[in-house]
Amino acid sequence: MPIEFEPPKPIVQTQFVLKTVAEEMMRSKSRYFDEHEHEIPWDYIEFMHTAMKAMGAGSLAPKQNGNGHEGEEQKEKRPPIAYQALAAQIEALAWGDVGFYLCTPGGGLGAAAVQAAGTPEQRAKFLARFAGEKPTFAAMCMTEAGAGSDTASIRARAVLDEKTNEWVLNGEKIFVTAGDKSLTPYEKLGKGFIVVWASIDPSAGRAGMRAFVVEAGTPGVRVTKLEHKLGIRVSDTAAISLVDVRVPFDHILGSPTVEKTTTGFKGAMATFDATRPLVAASGLGVARAALEFLKEKLAENGVQIRYGLPRQKLTAIERDVIDMEIMLKSAWLMVIKAVWMADNKHPNALESSMSKVKAGDVGTKITQKVVEILGPLGYSREFLAEKWFRDAKITDIYEGTGQINRLVVARQILGYSGAELR
Amino acid sequence: MYSFDPTEEQQMLIDAVRKYAANDLRPAAREAEEGGELPKKLISKGWELGLLQASIPEAYGGFGERSAVTGVLAVEEMAFGDLAGTLAVMTPSLFATPILLAGTEEQKQEYLPKVIEGDWAPYTAALIEYAFDFDPLALRTIAALAGDEYVLNGEKAFVPFAKEAEALLVYANLDGQTQGFIVPKDAAGLTIGGEREKLMSLNALPMYRVKLENVKVPAANRLGGASGHDFEPILASMRLAAASAAVGVANAAFEYSKNYAKEREAFGVKIAQKQAIAFMLAEMRTEIEASRLLTWEAAWKLDAGKEDAFTEAYLAYMGAADMAMMVTDRAVQILGGHGYIREHPVEMWMRNGRGFAMFTGLVIV
Ligand SMILES: Cc1cc2nc3c(=O)[nH]c(=O)nc-3n(C[C@H](O)[C@H](O)[C@H](O)COP(=O)(O)OP(=O)(O)OC[C@H]3O[C@@H](n4cnc5c(N)ncnc54)[C@H](O)[C@@H]3O)c2cc1C
Repeated sequence: MPIEFEPPKPIVQTQFVLKTVAEEMMRSKSRYFDEHEHEIPWDYIEFMHTAMKAMGAGSLAPKQNGNGHEGEEQKEKRPPIAYQALAAQIEALAWGDVGFYLCTPGGGLGAAAVQAAGTPEQRAKFLARFAGEKPTFAAMCMTEAGAGSDTASIRARAVLDEKTNEWVLNGEKIFVTAGDKSLTPYEKLGKGFIVVWASIDPSAGRAGMRAFVVEAGTPGVRVTKLEHKLGIRVSDTAAISLVDVRVPFDHILGSPTVEKTTTGFKGAMATFDATRPLVAASGLGVARAALEFLKEKLAENGVQIRYGLPRQKLTAIERDVIDMEIMLKSAWLMVIKAVWMADNKHPNALESSMSKVKAGDVGTKITQKVVEILGPLGYSREFLAEKWFRDAKITDIYEGTGQINRLVVARQILGYSGAELR
Repeated sequence: MYSFDPTEEQQMLIDAVRKYAANDLRPAAREAEEGGELPKKLISKGWELGLLQASIPEAYGGFGERSAVTGVLAVEEMAFGDLAGTLAVMTPSLFATPILLAGTEEQKQEYLPKVIEGDWAPYTAALIEYAFDFDPLALRTIAALAGDEYVLNGEKAFVPFAKEAEALLVYANLDGQTQGFIVPKDAAGLTIGGEREKLMSLNALPMYRVKLENVKVPAANRLGGASGHDFEPILASMRLAAASAAVGVANAAFEYSKNYAKEREAFGVKIAQKQAIAFMLAEMRTEIEASRLLTWEAAWKLDAGKEDAFTEAYLAYMGAADMAMMVTDRAVQILGGHGYIREHPVEMWMRNGRGFAMFTGLVIV
């Protein structure tokens, strides 16, 4: 197909629907939940669960070889758009409220890890639950107090008990998005799981890293703390402790043997290739919310943006708004290209990380600028601009900080290994 | 649907342009810049790639359809070789493409075959004016209707190949609208500056000041005839061409400095292994991609007739101009002192890079 930028119809339709959801279910509650940290937005969770079931999408994670909820299209051999649809949905939800988006049931990063690193049997086994009666969550636990960006130095351990053929996990994980909703047995939620990254052979370094599915309710796993944050306060960020947690042998995602290669680590990286553009999309949703709000306020105050003038003739505000539009539009196209590549099974490590670098920059710059231009209105908690400024910052931190993603991009373009460029 | 794959035909064209850029334009660029001249043979070879010819329908002597997407793909590749060479090869488009876009049937019949039938010929256009706040939508050169003639008064700057031009398309302000007028080389009152423009870069491209003192052209020479034309699509095509050229120059600077950084050693390692350098390269690559995609989207919108195509072309152009400055500056920085020396091309690309903010009207797709 030639170069084209017509958003696929199903995507436009979903965006339209999600705009209403964002306005009705999210924006109206944004402030309340920002000010009531650790309360759970049950209305939103239940609404989204029902809505997604009605649309036939149990999980926000794209189906392998599938087309999200566009099964029809597959049959007609149209190009696959599952990741593109997902990115567009996430952007639209994050436009409503990125913290709420992170409270969307359906598996989040946990399901994405199973999707990227699991076998077909494991996908079938662990992902079916998201289409069940109750909203259900899953989370991904990589980060530890002593290992953030440097994922290869995690200390969580998995040891095979050959007598029972079970893995025994020990470790302390922090900063787990939706960790609470995935593990704690809330009446209104289905049984969730967490994906825990641990080493099966500490001497093997990266090669020994594997992901394990730990079901909620497994003895020895518990939430020890919920963080208090700068932004995205409605989304729970949990610390999780694992003490002699036993899981069945087939809960190890992908290959159980330690080759002299870095398959395990590659599993983690494959997850990131898939999820980075999606995180980028969420950051851009916040940025768009802020920019649109600014333009509304300017218009209300009779400030027009005169597109088409040379820079020398533009006012400072016009320059800023125009620059922000350039940033936002081009960042979005980078996300679309990265997910389009994923849909078409092109390796996209470079594009994926570039889209995250760009979105991290753009999200923070735009929201910072919007608060600045709006003056007291921007700083006031009567409006959401200051909240978006706080929310947007996370885009440049999780799923690989801006620096880590620059490293990934640099290694790709320079052809360097992790050892050559640290 | 979204898609980022050029068609087979576009890919063939890209490959051909890439070869010309690498094997012909790039090796000649430094000498042309220093000597102030591009070999005619070099220009003719670029002309034979047929970019303009392929954008003009058979009825007017060409062999294709115009596509802004194809245009931006080709211009980026060519500018990767050398900007001055690209602008020279593309100069006849400045005259022909607006006629194709907005000319009357008679104008197309009369001029298009002439421009494209043979070897590269100096047809050109005059848009830029010598003022700090030059604005293509508020020109100081004035056109006024007098009987069945238009009278043009004003001064144009940076007009490529004006001295040898067969005819010029002169843009002027007619009652607040930017309108094009076809001015033959021997029109009374038309003076082409004696000396060439002296600019910070593009020394290889002969450009001139053009004075218009009561230049009279028949009403039929107004682009689009009596009712004139919409300037926006022409301006958008100019902006997209400049944006894609900016991407090409930036990419040249990026590739060159990247390769240099992988060779150059300091403190026992390649400088590319230092994060300060590697991160600059990562950001350069990221921003190039951002501009490229926005330019592609704007070009696609222009081809598809989307209503926001003009605004988007403006945004793509503004973004690419900034991006090119940032990337070319960093390329010089990555080469350090060597970047400042004219033995390396990066300083030239940095001088090119600063120009994109005012290059509207020097190239069109
Ligand atoms: C709200 C929230 C939600 C999160 N959700 C999850 C989750 O669901 N699952 C999960 O596993 N994790 C999650 N995280 C963790 C997140 O991914 C990490 O915080 C992040 O990877 C950074 O790690 P760190 O905080 O330890 O910072 P560090 O790694 O200590 O980094 C500190 C600084 O050093 C820089 N730096 C580090 N290494 C390098 C290097 N090699 N070169 C240059 N600069 C470097 C970083 O960019 C950063 O600026 C979440 C974090 C937050 C705040």
